[in-house]
Amino acid sequence: MTAQTLVEKIRHAHLVLHEDGMDLLAVDRHYLHEGSHHAFARLAEMSLSVRRPDLTFGVADHYVPTSGAPATDVIAGMIEKLDRNGAAHGLSVFGRGDPRQGIVHVAMPEQGLTLPGNIIVCGDSHTATHGALGAWAFGIGASEVAHVLATQTLWQAPPKPMRITVTGRLAEGVTAKDLSLHIIATIRTDGAAGHAVEYAGGAITALSVESRMTLCNMTIEMGARAGIVPPDATTAEWLLDRPYAPKGAARVQAESDWAILASDEGARYAREVTIAAAEVAPMVTWGTSPDEAVAVTGIVPLGEDTAESRTYMDLEGGQPIEGVPVDMVFIGSCTNARLSDLHEAARVLKGGRTQVPLLVSPGSTAIAMEAERIGLADVFRAAGARWGASGCSLCVGMNGDLVAPGTRCASTSNRNFRGRQGPGARTHLMSPAMAAAAALTGRITDVRRLDVEVRS
Amino acid sequence: MIPFRNVSGPVACLPLDNIDTDQLIPARFMTRTRSEGYGDALLRDLRMDANGKPVPDFPLHAETGPVFLVAGANFGCGSSREAAVYALADFGIRAVLALGFGDIFHSNAMKNGLLPIVLSLTDNARAMKAGQMTIDLEAQTVTVQDGGPPLSFEVPAAARRRMLEGLDEISDTLTRLTSIEAHEAVAHRARPWLLPDISPT
Repeated sequence: MTAQTLVEKIRHAHLVLHEDGMDLLAVDRHYLHEGSHHAFARLAEMSLSVRRPDLTFGVADHYVPTSGAPATDVIAGMIEKLDRNGAAHGLSVFGRGDPRQGIVHVAMPEQGLTLPGNIIVCGDSHTATHGALGAWAFGIGASEVAHVLATQTLWQAPPKPMRITVTGRLAEGVTAKDLSLHIIATIRTDGAAGHAVEYAGGAITALSVESRMTLCNMTIEMGARAGIVPPDATTAEWLLDRPYAPKGAARVQAESDWAILASDEGARYAREVTIAAAEVAPMVTWGTSPDEAVAVTGIVPLGEDTAESRTYMDLEGGQPIEGVPVDMVFIGSCTNARLSDLHEAARVLKGGRTQVPLLVSPGSTAIAMEAERIGLADVFRAAGARWGASGCSLCVGMNGDLVAPGTRCASTSNRNFRGRQGPGARTHLMSPAMAAAAALTGRITDVRRLDVEVRS
Repeated sequence: MIPFRNVSGPVACLPLDNIDTDQLIPARFMTRTRSEGYGDALLRDLRMDANGKPVPDFPLHAETGPVFLVAGANFGCGSSREAAVYALADFGIRAVLALGFGDIFHSNAMKNGLLPIVLSLTDNARAMKAGQMTIDLEAQTVTVQDGGPPLSFEVPAAARRRMLEGLDEISDTLTRLTSIEAHEAVAHRARPWLLPDISPT
């Protein structure tokens, strides 16, 4: 038999039929958020019901208020619409007030719904996140959401396999967020277009599941729809005792099935990239695309091709990126709002005082509760941060939280597009530790310079 | 979906790379329902200034509304929001010609009768200069009114068939329900752990 990649193995296990170069794939988990209203409207138009309510899970995240401001009628209406659609079709929906609520890409793995070898889809491009658990997971559009609701399948062109091998170990104080920005800056925003990216190498194996999620989450920003880390003992252990994860005999069989979920020796990739982990430094974006990123010790690039981004960001070519003043800081999003991210930020902030407004929005209500329990929330509050509720918040600004026009935000989110955090907003992407450092100094700061124990 | 067979009309050029879906439809317009329409919000923050006044000379302001849009590399990258396609379609755009597309945008487009065409650098440069063009989806050609030979392009066969006929993908797939059920029965028997225990705890 021909040697297969991990994604090819998952593809074959889910292939209903192959026609005109396209696969009809069975979907194991379909996650929904408030944006699914278009798809439910389409379903109603066609008088169809949800085919597999048992495999469909909803959660309120995009419109949930997170900074204390009350929801406007329009915003509250979006959240209620999800509840209503879920109830009408008998789906599990984790709405406001449910301890299982959270950002879809944080809450669903946390509940043990995302499993190795699954095909997982959601109407959100950062669905790639779930690849951290060895699932083939990708974002889809509203028409595709309606298609999955009605059929529990999806038409897909077979993706081209790509492998990114990260050799060695990340240096102390360097995180998965820095690694992902480094890779994107290296291969550019369309460097993996049309490919499913498999991560390999010692630096990847050494990452926690949370860090793998950050890395897979950002894979969409290099053009790939999916990123995947082969499941291993770290994955299986992480899944133990999660509410929806298989238990008992099912668990025993699941673990033996997961054990063979690896690419075969000699499997062929359409593209291979190798990155040396030791060369990765804390990164920060200076421009309006995630590939416009440099090491915090670097400079804003010169040159005509980057002039538009520089103008929008109000930066000079050749100026050091470190020291650029920021007006506010956001720690949150499906990229960096897990408990480990909050730990990283809190270590930097502990005992200090923020110089600019800082909003911390935990990735899920469960994380918020745990952070309260272990005193992490108090560290943020004591430093002067606003400790918010869980949701997509300032990553995309759909819940009413916005960055004012012309002001600068240091953000742990995933996109620095023009106007992403509000019209005219200027976004600098970075890791939670770097964002915390920016909050303490009011400027983009190399966290390694600060006298804190971030190196532990 | 409106069938796409042979369409002619004026061309607008947006010679930019990485026009992301946040640009095509800013997030603040996304509470709308489909029937409310998204055309006025297309590229809103590039097309209008901070006071809501049209930016002079922005390519989409031509008196006769463009039917085709020519852009650079990686058009429609970023978020999966299908409203980016709705905005273009509601504005009257029937095809976007670019050097490449965001994956999700590409599939969203074809499901809404908006034809995404990938062109080489040379062909794209020619299309940028066109005032008018005709796109024949059956023949997979773009005829540019410059006297030169038509440009050719590739699109996935099944999606092309559905666009030509204006057919809906869901109805098409539901005719394969027996195969889907058969596949599920086998998969779920072999790997029972695939089914989550959703009984209340």
